[in-house]
Amino acid sequence: MSRLVLSSISRRFGGVTAVDRVSLTLQAGEFVSLLGPSGCGKTTTLRMVAGFLDPSEGTIEMDGRRLSSPGATVPPEKRNMSMIFQSYAIWPNMTVAQNVAFGLEVRRLPRDEIRIKVRRILDVVQMGHLEGRYPQELSGGQQQRVALARAIVVQPTVLLLDEPLSNLDANLREEMRYEIRRLHDEFHITTIYVTHDQAEAMVTSDRIAVMNQGRIEQVDAPRALYARPRTRFVAGFIGRTNLLGGLVRGDDVVFDHFTIGRERFPDGAALQGPVSFSLRPQAIHLHRQSPAASAHVCVIPGVVAQRAYLGEHWDYTVRPAGSALALRVTARPHEVFDLEEKVWLELDPRQMALLEPE
Amino acid sequence: MRERSYVVWLLLIALLLLLVINPLARLLWASFQHPETGAFTLENYVAAYGRWRHVEALVNSLVIGVAVALLCTVFGVPMAWAVSRTDMPAKGLVWAAVLGTFIMPNYLGAVAWILMAGPNAGWLNRIYTTLTAAEAGPFNVYSKAGLVLVIACYSFPYMFVFTRSALDLISSEMEDAASTLGAGALRTTLRVTLPLALPAILGAFIVEFLEAIALFGTPALIALPARFQVMTTMLWQMFEFPPRVQVAAAYAMPLLLVTVFLFWLQYRIMARKGYVALTGKGGDRRLVRLGPWRWVLLGYCLLVTSLSFFMPILVVLQAAFARAWGRGFSWDNVTTRNLRFVLLEQTATRAATLNTFVYAAAASVIALVLALAIAYIVARRLVPLGRALTYVAMAPFVIPGIVLAIGFYAAYTARPLVLYGTAWILILAFATRFLPIAYTNSDAALRSINPELEDAARILGAGRLLSLRRIVAPLLRRGLAGAFILVFIPATRELSSAIFLYTTGTQVLSVLLFDKSDEGNFEVLSSMGLILVVVTVALVLVGFRMVGRDFLLRRTAT
Repeated sequence: MSRLVLSSISRRFGGVTAVDRVSLTLQAGEFVSLLGPSGCGKTTTLRMVAGFLDPSEGTIEMDGRRLSSPGATVPPEKRNMSMIFQSYAIWPNMTVAQNVAFGLEVRRLPRDEIRIKVRRILDVVQMGHLEGRYPQELSGGQQQRVALARAIVVQPTVLLLDEPLSNLDANLREEMRYEIRRLHDEFHITTIYVTHDQAEAMVTSDRIAVMNQGRIEQVDAPRALYARPRTRFVAGFIGRTNLLGGLVRGDDVVFDHFTIGRERFPDGAALQGPVSFSLRPQAIHLHRQSPAASAHVCVIPGVVAQRAYLGEHWDYTVRPAGSALALRVTARPHEVFDLEEKVWLELDPRQMALLEPE
Repeated sequence: MRERSYVVWLLLIALLLLLVINPLARLLWASFQHPETGAFTLENYVAAYGRWRHVEALVNSLVIGVAVALLCTVFGVPMAWAVSRTDMPAKGLVWAAVLGTFIMPNYLGAVAWILMAGPNAGWLNRIYTTLTAAEAGPFNVYSKAGLVLVIACYSFPYMFVFTRSALDLISSEMEDAASTLGAGALRTTLRVTLPLALPAILGAFIVEFLEAIALFGTPALIALPARFQVMTTMLWQMFEFPPRVQVAAAYAMPLLLVTVFLFWLQYRIMARKGYVALTGKGGDRRLVRLGPWRWVLLGYCLLVTSLSFFMPILVVLQAAFARAWGRGFSWDNVTTRNLRFVLLEQTATRAATLNTFVYAAAASVIALVLALAIAYIVARRLVPLGRALTYVAMAPFVIPGIVLAIGFYAAYTARPLVLYGTAWILILAFATRFLPIAYTNSDAALRSINPELEDAARILGAGRLLSLRRIVAPLLRRGLAGAFILVFIPATRELSSAIFLYTTGTQVLSVLLFDKSDEGNFEVLSSMGLILVVVTVALVLVGFRMVGRDFLLRRTAT
């Protein structure tokens, strides 16, 4: 278990800046995901942590020891880390047991100890009965388990995972998310997990760092990230959302054809000028009759403009009266409204997350 | 912090420069160097091109080159079309015969043709006189026409392979499109199919021309007795004692420049993909129904391969096992004396046989290790300007063997590095000559391995060299076995560079075969050639098993 500190690292390829002043601190034993669309610099960041790439600027330190800085990088083999690759990178010329034993052999452990450790870790990932197989004879999920065993058996200081589930089919992917988290709970290895799939990140991580265009936009625990996104990008990338633009005028925040008193917002006193909020579709409720307004509830009249039944829930699009806005609302399956039906929207200003100005 | 392996890469790059750049630089320098004083001079060029004899040889080379390329087109294109797109029968036989042609060393083909079409005694002449009761037969291989025919017989496989690859890529839909517009089969073939293959044919034409003008063995066996010269034989004569390296260097310069230019042109023609119909796997290819004409076409294919393969291999076998080849096919004429003599009894041939395979093996290993290292350095971007190394490694492809040999001679007969007189100069020259084959194959093999396999070893604590040894090398083994064979085969038969670099004790079979040719002992010559053919066939069969049937006649392999 190690504490890992990335201090303002950048990486340029020719004229392109792939990673732009990224800073991130992982506490010992913490599981952090780098989440973002393809090309956001997350894999480049991971490969810098692994030592395959030098940073153009900035430093990476582990437990106070400097691992990477421009032109002076400890090579990957000297970092005592482990990595799991998108392709699993199971060596086809070795059996399962030989694959897992490789890191221990390189560390010159006694033969008997290697055999014991290999067997134990293969049991942990439920692959003990297949130790003599060659990789070509394994399914994708089994190869993934071998990759996990091979990475964990050397007791690395840091475990790095690069989109490890992207080659699996949907069911297996869901199963392996929980498996990865289970192994983390068992071994408490400091972990960085790169993915573009928000569900994977939410299931596995203690904290998620959302990356966009080479920068980290926000680092937070999964719930906080969803409930209080700080930028427009994070709000849109994690789940679906409604973006509401308004203007602070006197004691009110004026939106398109409705207003909400600023005292109802947390930190309402600090609001000024143009503001924008993210409001999740689940945070809006629809009613046939106007519910009683209270300190925490605003009620706005509107019309159902579009609807879709998705089995697990309804997806409505509702226009507040007279407004050009189209708010997406998620409702439970029994909450049935017709198209063009007049409804009341109930929303809680405390659930509206204030976004940083662009 | 530099990796420890960095030193290894720098050493290998230094070796590459020593093998490719240094000989070329020394060749260029020598061409401007006064033989005695060493000062800068243009005299060598005057000496090289100031004599009509020399210019005439150059003209001969060019004329023969064009004639060979034309004849190769006549031989190769119809055969390629027949095999690729028609319902001609016995395609397997034709394909095997082309492969057989490819496997015959060109100088062995020349020996065979001397047996077949030598004036008076040649088989064809004897058959003719027997049939017609004429005084003498009409065939004489010792002529320009004879030389063109023999060279074309052993280089048309390139035309065949290039054209066939192009035709294989043209989908039948292209032809159907013409048919639905009312064009008949002949018209479709002439207006649609062949024009689509034209860039490939043009490219092959250039390659054939370059092959012909760079060739040494066949011209030396045929042109010299016929009392005319081509560039390569002229270069060889400049090396008769005392060797005039500087003049030879100057004389070789146009050959080098023409070759570089034409290969560039060929590359440009072939790279114009918009012209070739590259519709993936060629879609569905239906075969053109020829009706009775398919027998005519088969007859043509068999005629060509009879000239290039069936008749030559027959007369070579007869001679190798004959007490005297002129006595013809009878049981009392059969003996294994020649083979025993070559392999066991005569020290010179025994040593040469051993040298041939030892040098070829050593050269193949060196070429492969170097090629692999360079391909790896380029692929992993281990040094700045790595792409330039690709060009250096591929450069010998456009250097005629004879020019390379003169460069090696110029570079390594004088200090600081004297290799002349040792086996090393031959081994290194062979390694350099076939480095491009090794490079393209190594590069392809390396690309087929996911770099993450190597990264996984490194992050688990293995250094770069250990990762290469434990992970990459075992995975490459299979692909490299094929590459080894592809380098080894031409290295066993290489003549044009060996002839300039051997000394007593470092002769190889090709050199010895050439040396003994003026003694007129064709039984022994055929035996030596047969040994090369047998070993090659064995290797090709191994290659088939390991890499697949097409590995030798692929376009990338040539």
